[in-house]
Amino acid sequence: MSLLDFFRPSPSKRNASVAKERLQIIVAHQRGNNRVDYLPLLQRELLEVISKYVKVDKNQVKVALERDGDCSVLELNITLPEAVLKEAEAAQG
Amino acid sequence: MNKQAQVIVVTSGKGGVGKTTSSAALSTGLALRKHKTVVIDFDVGLRNLDLIMGCERRVVYDFINVINKEATLNQTLIKDKRVEDLFILPASQTRDKDALTKEGVCTIIDELKERFDYIVCDSPAGIESGALMAMYYADHAVIVTNPEVSSVRDSDRILGILASRSRRAELGLDPIKEHLLLTRYSPERVKRGEMLSVKDVEDILSIPLLGVIPESKAVLRASNEGTPVILDERSDAGKAYKDAVARFLGEQIPHRFMQSKNILERLFGAEA
Repeated sequence: MSLLDFFRPSPSKRNASVAKERLQIIVAHQRGNNRVDYLPLLQRELLEVISKYVKVDKNQVKVALERDGDCSVLELNITLPEAVLKEAEAAQG
Repeated sequence: MNKQAQVIVVTSGKGGVGKTTSSAALSTGLALRKHKTVVIDFDVGLRNLDLIMGCERRVVYDFINVINKEATLNQTLIKDKRVEDLFILPASQTRDKDALTKEGVCTIIDELKERFDYIVCDSPAGIESGALMAMYYADHAVIVTNPEVSSVRDSDRILGILASRSRRAELGLDPIKEHLLLTRYSPERVKRGEMLSVKDVEDILSIPLLGVIPESKAVLRASNEGTPVILDERSDAGKAYKDAVARFLGEQIPHRFMQSKNILERLFGAEA
């Protein structure tokens, strides 16, 4: 070890670039899992379309995205109020 | 109602990165610029903003008292003794954080909007209900980040949550404006390749940079005294916060304190 090494950081200490690489991988992965930003908007627009035809409560529309490996499932759950169901039955019967 | 009233959340995910220091500095800075400002401590059970602001002995009522209608806002707000136009709304030290309800917070924020230009919300660490409440009504988010892997990762996580679970996201309004505030930055260590640089963090988080606060002894000194560090006008950290406030208000100001100091600056420059 030369005297100069006392003043110069060793390469193993200059490891900010390692931190950056690790972060880039982690963040890409994190975003892949979490980027469901459009769900609230999707929910709102679906609600708008549905309420054109049926009177539904805001809380009766549920949108969920589930991931299983490479496969994603978009689940849409709308609970119609009973009055609507009765009307529909009456129309059919 | 004051149309310009803006709600700013100061958040990070990770603890200990400088949220409360930054909330105190930014709110004081906004008030110094003659904007009526209130800073709210959302850390129920672990309040600290009052200490950093130096008003811990003047706390009578708290945020939860107001939500539960046990006290009025006027009785609860603490007027800062140094800066005109600055008020502090302390958190409760005793009750558990479930006492913070969306409706309760909404009522208080709406009331504050009538009286103030800026409402600064000091978020607790983590992504539990207190942190979610602090961000829910925000128009702006200041993401406090240290140039360090766990802090950057948590900041990215918080950005995802802001984009999906805030009021603006739920109602499909314009998204919250995001601002990166990089704290505890050490240009010397960056130069030696030991620390993530501003550019590294910007590349990863890709949100606009509000300011870089250098690692500074002034921050601990200020918290010892209960004085927001922005009032220490000779310190680098104080100056950096002032710049950040000016940028927040739309001024174009070049970033300082990102280069390591040369020997002359070290000898004759202001104290860090």
